Amino acid sequence: MTETTGGVELDEEMSGVIKKFMFVNRKAPYGTIYALEGLEVVLISAAFDQDVSLVFLDDGIYQLVKGQHTKAIDVKNFSPTYRALEGYDIEKLYVEKESLEARNLTVDNLIVPVEVLTSAEMAALMTEQDVVISF
Amino acid sequence: MLHIVNKSPSERNTLDSCLRMSGKGSAVLLIEDGVYGATKGNIAEGKIKEALKDRSVYALWPDLEARGMQDAVIEGVKLVDYGGFVDLVAEHNNAQSWL
Repeated sequence: MTETTGGVELDEEMSGVIKKFMFVNRKAPYGTIYALEGLEVVLISAAFDQDVSLVFLDDGIYQLVKGQHTKAIDVKNFSPTYRALEGYDIEKLYVEKESLEARNLTVDNLIVPVEVLTSAEMAALMTEQDVVISF
Repeated sequence: MLHIVNKSPSERNTLDSCLRMSGKGSAVLLIEDGVYGATKGNIAEGKIKEALKDRSVYALWPDLEARGMQDAVIEGVKLVDYGGFVDLVAEHNNAQSWL
């Protein structure tokens, strides 16, 4: 059964479908606006009760580095926000092992608990998503 | 001459170009995302160490601190604040920003 709302046909069963969303973060924080904007979109996505995964690759890993102090560059330090994601039921955070190692970092250097995946595991996770959004 | 790099070496090749084109005795200043090039174990560590043999390499401290990389600086890289940045620009007869 369908109902018509403002010209858009909504199938009642379809409107409750939960899709797998993956947000791919590949940029360092502060140098560009991508990291902060990506985080804002992730927070918005939490309102739609979807199956959200956050992935950190390449320089995106730097977003999660502990000990960021931004007072001297006069920019908001948004790194504590990653710790608040859990409160929005966004609990699937993944980092690529190869990207961590290429930057001499380990999970101990990161501000939140994450699952470390190899490139191959990351590729498999990416393939099974319904929607992939890149920042 | 002063060379300024503001991009991460694992994102762009500007640090490579800078190190190729900067001559002996010149100064290289890493700012913004460029400061990742001044950290231990990064992709450009070897090239920075090589450059340190015949030129000065500086990194902007407020940018390192903002990124949480203040404890990972390669030995020999000198740290400057904004005042030091101004001094470097004033001390050199010209400057190139590798955008």
